Amino acid sequence: MSDTAIDPRMSGRAAPKRPLRLSWSDPRFRAIVWQLVILGIVGVIAWYLAYNTHKNLEVRRIATGFGFLDRVAGLPIGEAPIYYNPAESTYGRALLVGVLNTLKVSVVGIVLATILGTLIGIGRLSKNWLMAKLTAFYVETIRDLPLLLQLLFWYTILQGLPPPKTATDIGGVAFLSNRGLKLPMLEWETAHTAALTAFAAGLVGTWWWNRRARLAQEATGERPAVWPVACGLLLALPLGVWLVLGAPFHWEIPVLRGFNFQGGGNISPEYFALLLGLVTYTAGYIAEIVRSGIQAVHLGQWEAAGALGLKRGAILRHIVLPQALRVIIPPMTSQYLNLTKNSSLAVAIGYQELVSIANTTLNQTGQAIEGIAVIMAVYLTISLSISLFMNWYNAHIALVER
Amino acid sequence: MGSLRDTMSTTTAPTLSRPSPPGLGPIAWARTNLFGSWVSTAVSLALLYIVARAVLGFAEWALVGAVWTVPYSATGIAQTAVCQTAHGACWAVIHDKYRLILFGRYPFAEQWRPAIVVLIFIALYTVSAIRWFWRKELALIWVAALTAVGVLMWGGVFGLKPVPNDEWGGLPITLILATFGIAFAFPLAVLVALGRRSTELPAVKTLCVVYVELIRGVPLISVLFMASVMFPLFMPAGVNIDKLLRAQIAIILFAAAYLAEVVRGGLQALPKGQTEAADAMGLSYWQKTSFIILPQALRLVIPPLVNTFIGFFKDTSLVLIIGLFDLLTMGKVALSDPPWQSFSTEVYVVLGLIYIAFCYAMSRYSRGLEQELNASQRR
Repeated sequence: MSDTAIDPRMSGRAAPKRPLRLSWSDPRFRAIVWQLVILGIVGVIAWYLAYNTHKNLEVRRIATGFGFLDRVAGLPIGEAPIYYNPAESTYGRALLVGVLNTLKVSVVGIVLATILGTLIGIGRLSKNWLMAKLTAFYVETIRDLPLLLQLLFWYTILQGLPPPKTATDIGGVAFLSNRGLKLPMLEWETAHTAALTAFAAGLVGTWWWNRRARLAQEATGERPAVWPVACGLLLALPLGVWLVLGAPFHWEIPVLRGFNFQGGGNISPEYFALLLGLVTYTAGYIAEIVRSGIQAVHLGQWEAAGALGLKRGAILRHIVLPQALRVIIPPMTSQYLNLTKNSSLAVAIGYQELVSIANTTLNQTGQAIEGIAVIMAVYLTISLSISLFMNWYNAHIALVER
Repeated sequence: MGSLRDTMSTTTAPTLSRPSPPGLGPIAWARTNLFGSWVSTAVSLALLYIVARAVLGFAEWALVGAVWTVPYSATGIAQTAVCQTAHGACWAVIHDKYRLILFGRYPFAEQWRPAIVVLIFIALYTVSAIRWFWRKELALIWVAALTAVGVLMWGGVFGLKPVPNDEWGGLPITLILATFGIAFAFPLAVLVALGRRSTELPAVKTLCVVYVELIRGVPLISVLFMASVMFPLFMPAGVNIDKLLRAQIAIILFAAAYLAEVVRGGLQALPKGQTEAADAMGLSYWQKTSFIILPQALRLVIPPLVNTFIGFFKDTSLVLIIGLFDLLTMGKVALSDPPWQSFSTEVYVVLGLIYIAFCYAMSRYSRGLEQELNASQRR
């Protein structure tokens, strides 16, 4: 059954094409009939449901179409990353706020869960018995509890915190109370934007220099040093731009005024509880993926690389990680997708992301089909984007087999 | 069962570290595993301190400072002042509400029926876990058990008082949603997986791919919302399907998409020679599938099937959002009683323990089985 050796007698000849016979003994004819029957059944069911829906919508006088997106929503939203005013903003804008809130919690959650999960996964492989057992206990416990229960638990804990008047003081600049976590905020000025732009330019420059160094190494065997250029472009350039523009630097520290804090940044209890729950839950799964990925690399690989005289860091970077990542990336993708989809549980603790706002919208307008269509379309888009990106990355790091 | 328990107790996760030679005393063991180097010693001491503080703190909260019962006023209202001043947990809330949390609003005198239903489910899981029962008759056992569950819950026959299903609640609902979900989703999933692998029926294959990817791309919550708000629009006028059944259908359709992928994994893992040998024997498609392919492929995917089941067992808690009375919802209902409002931690801890009891047993079993299957494949 080897695929490589093709019988030379067979290679030139394809199977003879037989004309389609209208007989039950012809497999192709049977296949067409069966497909027509199955498609017919599905089609009839779909038509029946659509017909009923049409009738019901008429009887209940529910409007159809997406016209409601242009109407004024009037639904209050606690935290909106873009301008939103219930008195004048439309349903379309409200849903956009929901999408942004979903992305806000998903992106931050994915980054934090990856970091925490990797640390725990490595901890499970620790030679220290206590470390290995504790991380194993964490992974087992967190994965055996429903996420919704964990979210409700964290939310209750955060709501049970003392009021702003007796808030927990973290270093005199941040305050934790039942109104959320108050953080100092940098007063944003043009110098910061310029420094950030310089940093981005530095990233592109470093990437270009790294590529050049690799090409030079392949051509001559000598690799030009990358780190001085990287330091210059990533640290010195943004710092220089910032200094030239006057080096403005002001923290805005939250101050207690009356019953609540004024100024500074705020992380609401809802967002905090959701993020905490999503990150700790997903980290339990990511830890297992990281652990099995590292274990999938044979011990002999470490030993062989060590025998070649490579240092531990070099072994990890050049030998073990490229092989482990091949095992890690595909299940990691589905965990990222899970985290994004699980962020919809926010509806239970009152963080207003897409599902929560769409749910309010469909309750107010009665247009259930359109509301759910919006939810599904957005999630399918996000899922597809993450899948495409991770597939691209997976193809990028996959070992090229000769 | 004996062999199974043996594997579960003796096998541990393989690690990179080499096991220390047997026969070493506890001091030598601690030296290698806890105080191997300066870094290891520092980590061990720091972790020991954290663990000791956490365990002592939890023991003080849960045991030493805890209040187990509270007095009741003449009108039967709990006097929770004693709990408000105590430093520890107030387990009196569990004492007061455990029947409500476990069995919901099921008529109090009839609550032995959901209790038996819970036992039937546990017995069903145990029987399904035993290898000796992995044969066609297991399907009959499932049909019998699920019928018994239906009869006990609904009543109306054998002199049992009929109980409409809007009075059901608590643990039986969680178990029903998860178990019926998997029982009905599984045959559908096998068909979808076969359809997705089909080469001769491109239209059917497309249909299956679209179904699986569409469902897996959206959160369960949106499917549940669909069941609760869109489903009534789909039905002809006058037909009214109750909420529990609608959620159950949503969970079945959702679970089938995930299970189909698990089953497809098993189908793909099977060597092609099996199909070709069956073709060479002149077996028809359905003979080949049901006698050669499925018995082997399904055996391969039992561990991931159990893991998927754990996932759905946890995910049934999402019906809280559409207002069904499962275990978690009953916990919240119990907490809405004014005297007990501030003791949610205690209730959540107990609910967590119930979920852990089920999920831990299943995940332990699935891991043991996986190692057993791997071991037999390596030989």
